[in-house]
Amino acid sequence: MAGKAAPKAAVAIPQLGWSKVRPATIVLVSGTEDFLADRAIRILRDTLRAEDPSLEISDLEADAYGPGELITLASPSLFGEPRMIRVTGVEKCTDAFITETLAYLESPADDTYLVLRHAGGVRGKKLLDAIRGGLGNGIEIVCAELKKDSDKLDFAAAEFAVEGRRITGGALRALASAFSDDLAELAAACQQLLADASEEITEATVEKYYSGRVETNAFRVADIAIAGRYGEALVLLRHALASGADPVPIVAAFASKLRTMAKIAGARGGSGQLAQQFGLAPWQVDRARRDLQGWDDAGLGRCIELLAETDAAVKGGGRDPVFAIERMIGVISARGA
Amino acid sequence: MSVWDELTGQSEAIAIFRAAAADSSLRDAPIGDSAMTHSWLITGPPGSGRSNLAYAFATALLSPPDPEGEEATRRQVAARTHPDLGVLSTEGVIIKMADVQKFVTTSYFSPSVSRYRVMVIEDADRMVERTSNVLLKALEEPPPRTVWILCAPSEADLLPTIRSRVRSVRLRVPDVAEVAELISRRDGVDLATATRAARESQSHIGMAHRLATNEEARRRRQLTLDIALGIHSVSDAVVAASKLLALAGEDAKAITEERDAEEREGALRSLGIEPGGTIPPALRAQLRTLEEDQKRRATRSLRDGIDRIMVDLQSLYRDILLLQLGVPSEPINLAIHSQLVSAAEATTAAATLGTMDAIATARKRIDGNVSPALALEAMLISAAR
Repeated sequence: MAGKAAPKAAVAIPQLGWSKVRPATIVLVSGTEDFLADRAIRILRDTLRAEDPSLEISDLEADAYGPGELITLASPSLFGEPRMIRVTGVEKCTDAFITETLAYLESPADDTYLVLRHAGGVRGKKLLDAIRGGLGNGIEIVCAELKKDSDKLDFAAAEFAVEGRRITGGALRALASAFSDDLAELAAACQQLLADASEEITEATVEKYYSGRVETNAFRVADIAIAGRYGEALVLLRHALASGADPVPIVAAFASKLRTMAKIAGARGGSGQLAQQFGLAPWQVDRARRDLQGWDDAGLGRCIELLAETDAAVKGGGRDPVFAIERMIGVISARGA
Repeated sequence: MSVWDELTGQSEAIAIFRAAAADSSLRDAPIGDSAMTHSWLITGPPGSGRSNLAYAFATALLSPPDPEGEEATRRQVAARTHPDLGVLSTEGVIIKMADVQKFVTTSYFSPSVSRYRVMVIEDADRMVERTSNVLLKALEEPPPRTVWILCAPSEADLLPTIRSRVRSVRLRVPDVAEVAELISRRDGVDLATATRAARESQSHIGMAHRLATNEEARRRRQLTLDIALGIHSVSDAVVAASKLLALAGEDAKAITEERDAEEREGALRSLGIEPGGTIPPALRAQLRTLEEDQKRRATRSLRDGIDRIMVDLQSLYRDILLLQLGVPSEPINLAIHSQLVSAAEATTAAATLGTMDAIATARKRIDGNVSPALALEAMLISAAR
């Protein structure tokens, strides 16, 4: 993970995962996943506080930084307590922050731990490059977003492993698919199971706590409906609506799929050639070809007309947006018949 | 020379306004059965010159001794800088309520140099119901020297409560010959091109001017019709919809892009930021407001582009329908007569009527915020049948 996020410039400092965080004069917490970053910073704080309970913690906001603030906080105090300075919003920092932090990096104060949270973006690149180049002798904690399902499974497994608890593979998968959208929710669910369930955690336990919850999105609903699996599509639609999907983007997802199918239906040629012609990716063309099995021209036409009608209905033209979508799914999974 | 000279084909409406202006300058008496009243509504199809007529009337009212319009006043009205003229128009999809409230407040000021304060609202149909209600009180009992002039495509676009408070003047669709004569006289185009432009724009004076003088606009119109005539399957229809949308987008972009850049530069200059300099966070909100306004204008201009395409398509199917029914009437798209005939033979009148209904439905859907691509696709699919 650390290697993937590495920039092109040479990196002269250790880049660690969030769980490997350790005290250093400069700790750069980069990446878009706020939840992991918060956790890493919390672990760091707990470690430092365990070392010396007199730790003094101060917070800075880099986007509202005024000249001199960093030096004020980092200058030595009378009793020489260790200090931890947490800086948020480095991705939106002021110019003064960059120049003063660079100056500070030249000679970091003793017993002071500077934590910089940078949530991605190009702002402050000069500062990041300086830190990564080894100035101030810091470390970088990379908190990239967990995109793959396997990453999320690993994350959940680690949650249980830390506490020394056993969980079955099936239970783990059920849990990860129930909270596939938000890592913070997944972590909270793990914590709840750890706190409440007594012995080994099995599928039955997960079922008891989060029964039937499946997080899904509009495109999955569209895929299933277009494949003609009516009942399954309706169930999935309800899951999508229950886990926060809105009717309007659902219709848009259907529209974009059917549009691609209609374009491909009337065209001949290799998928690379068609992809170029219609401004699509080759896999989209192949996918549309597979989806088209069992469809005919008239059916596609009827479905697209119904989509326009449904779009009007979910945008205030009808009384019940959900009913409009259900009706649409009925027609689409019958392939317009 | 008089303010009324430049208006084409609306002699009846002009007579009404001229009488009103003359009457108001003759006497100061209470308005009873006189030709003058305090609030007017001008209705007529797009391009018939509603707002031009409104400004001509405003000029006549603002130059008291002369119902034909003084030269100085005319220039001030043309520049919209006359102190006693209030103008409310919009480049967005709707007029905002806050703007109307501010506008109504200024209507209570006394005139400073003229005998009247004239308040003009172009696009009065672009007000939602809540916004229209703000006007009611001011329209019903304006101060003695304020005159309201509203413009809208038809009376049905306004609330009954507004309609009952105004005197309505209807404009008619000008003759093709009249528009052609105006275009060829004003823009120096030969009469044949002008006639074709006038016919293809269905007497919309602004559009006729554009078609007659802009090669690119002519090309886009021709392309629209070609695309529509080439649809034979659902797949064709979907591809055609994306082409038409791109055309409308090109059209809209041509109008807005340059202006957007200019406005941004002007705003940066008045905020004191050097070109290429960074924008201080405190000023970003102002630029964001500007960008939001520009985005609203872009939405409107895309919708206008789509609307033009639909008007063109409607004219195409009208011609086909007339041929199918055997009505001896001159087609709008005379230039592609042979294609019209073959298209008419390929389908039935019922199918053509179905397509025209689909165009009307698509219009309604786009008004209801349905995504334009989807509305166009559904419309063209019915043309494919």
